[in-house]
Amino acid sequence: MTYQADEKGYYGEFGGAYIPEMLYPNVEDLRQQYVQIMQEESFQKEFKDLLKDYVGRPTPLYFASRLSEKYNTKIYLKREDLCHTGAHKINNTIGQILMAKRLGKTRIIAETGAGQHGVATATVCALMGIECIVYMGEIDIDRQAPNVARMKMLGATVIPAKSGSRTLKDATNEAIRDWINNPVDTHYIIGSVVGPHPYPDMVARFQSVISEEIKSQLLEKEGREAPDYVVACVGGGSNAAGIYYHYLDDLKVGIIAVEAAGKGVLSGESAATSALGKEGIIHGSKTLLMQSPDGQITEPYSISAGLDYPGIGPMHANLFRTGRAEFISITDEDAMKAGQELAKLEGIIPAIETSHALAIFEDHKFKKDDVIVVNLSGRGDKDLSTYIEYFNL
Amino acid sequence: MNRIQSKLQEDKKLLSIYFTAGYPQINDTVSIIEDLENNGVDMIEIGLPFSDPLADGPTIQESSTKALKNGMTTEKLFNQLKDIRKTVKIPLIIMGYFNPMLQYGVEEFCKKCEDIGIDGLIIPDLPVDVYSEKYQAVFEKHNLINVFLITSQTSEERIGFIDSVSKGFIYMVSSASVTGATSGFGTETKEYFKRISGMNLKNPQIVGFGISDKQSFKEATEYSNGAIIGSAFIKQLTKNGVESVSEFVKTIR
Repeated sequence: MTYQADEKGYYGEFGGAYIPEMLYPNVEDLRQQYVQIMQEESFQKEFKDLLKDYVGRPTPLYFASRLSEKYNTKIYLKREDLCHTGAHKINNTIGQILMAKRLGKTRIIAETGAGQHGVATATVCALMGIECIVYMGEIDIDRQAPNVARMKMLGATVIPAKSGSRTLKDATNEAIRDWINNPVDTHYIIGSVVGPHPYPDMVARFQSVISEEIKSQLLEKEGREAPDYVVACVGGGSNAAGIYYHYLDDLKVGIIAVEAAGKGVLSGESAATSALGKEGIIHGSKTLLMQSPDGQITEPYSISAGLDYPGIGPMHANLFRTGRAEFISITDEDAMKAGQELAKLEGIIPAIETSHALAIFEDHKFKKDDVIVVNLSGRGDKDLSTYIEYFNL
Repeated sequence: MNRIQSKLQEDKKLLSIYFTAGYPQINDTVSIIEDLENNGVDMIEIGLPFSDPLADGPTIQESSTKALKNGMTTEKLFNQLKDIRKTVKIPLIIMGYFNPMLQYGVEEFCKKCEDIGIDGLIIPDLPVDVYSEKYQAVFEKHNLINVFLITSQTSEERIGFIDSVSKGFIYMVSSASVTGATSGFGTETKEYFKRISGMNLKNPQIVGFGISDKQSFKEATEYSNGAIIGSAFIKQLTKNGVESVSEFVKTIR
């Protein structure tokens, strides 16, 4: 029994590649080559060197003593917020840009919601001197202006997605359409563990550096590689996949996934996919997604743009269905409070996505000697205007 | 014999029209189908609208969004079509994305199609591999022909596989693009049509994507059995309304 993907890209009953024939040659080419390319020594060396010297890895595993004291347990924070560009997203874009080069691709496309993945993609494209096109929902372009400016400064072209609800899911649709229209020279850098196989597995492997580092860091600090719990927020779920990866099949490690309840799971304005979603197909993957009884994909809501996605990656759908992970949903209000609390107790302003993961301690009690690692997936700079407005700062 | 198979035996270049059910108005579905048949169209693809049509360009996306706003659902479409075989004889195909069918229940969906007299399905995001493994038996039990797409990028080996699973025709996508993206064909595209025709597949080919007028219809059918027009027809409905069906068909042939 494993919680990793099988050869066809299924996690239990979830995953696979439900794609139009027009995408088949590209996706199949990637599927046949990704594992082999990732295992090449030259790839590994280039990937590791860039993670070290450019991204700033390994990121610290920080024992949050004041937070731990408050909740009477042992809380460590994996400091992905200290990565170049401010979040874990760049682990994946570094990996995929190296993959794209080896596949002989000369043009990169990406989707972005809040703009973090767009910035991380624009960054690696600038680094490699490759053309970069980022699709972003028209509504998100308005509410995430600083990240749009960053992408432009990095030389990327930002194209507004004007179809449907004009947010992340539509930006993803537009990126997929671009790929259909440009099947030869283009690689699509998906930003999360979503999309058709091999994307969920490939992105999870690139993000697995997070739990790989935790193993040795925790050994040094606690004398053991495995914590009692790993905790992460889940939108599509890439930071979660990264921190769970090396512990998925170690059943002694509890897995906690935190979704955005928005204004409340039953308020009609929520992004809590495990609670509200049903099995279906979104962006080429069979997974849990929020949809109408008629199978139309519905628009989620969260104060955090990074969690504002109507599906979850197939790995997480399987973790939910099998009961391997505990899913908790956190409202906007509780997340904002937890963000404020971390700033005051530890001097770290987290991204609002991350604040959701930090908010579980209020209601979820742990034992005093439990060792819990929370993925501090991103920093709060990009969310300052939301924090300012919310707290009247 | 299924109506699609009989139609393909006729000695003519088939004109097939795609439109989105429930567009421009929710109750236009049946009258559009009847008008198309009365004006000599050979086959119809009825689009089941979806919120996220990945393989479609702006024209079909917008018509789908509008149809959903009009209140179109799978159940409503089946209700609209329940008496369609009292008036319409030509092959009818439902074209839609897989998720709404999955939610309806694949078996139930197929049964409903058979009851109504639908002859086939085109589901762009249900790959042939998954179909042959999981759904072929159900489709065939209900006498439905599933139609697969190929493009100029599809390998010969895969075309062979698709040909072996197909029972009606192969939907030959003219260009590597979403619907409505291009118009007219270059030499490279014509070479591709010729190459596929030369493979002597057991299933005939019908060309789709990029056909908008008499000229492109003629070019698309030079080496194939017919062609499908979608976006150009929807543009016509948007601009000139449902009364203009006859006028549109006459410009094609």
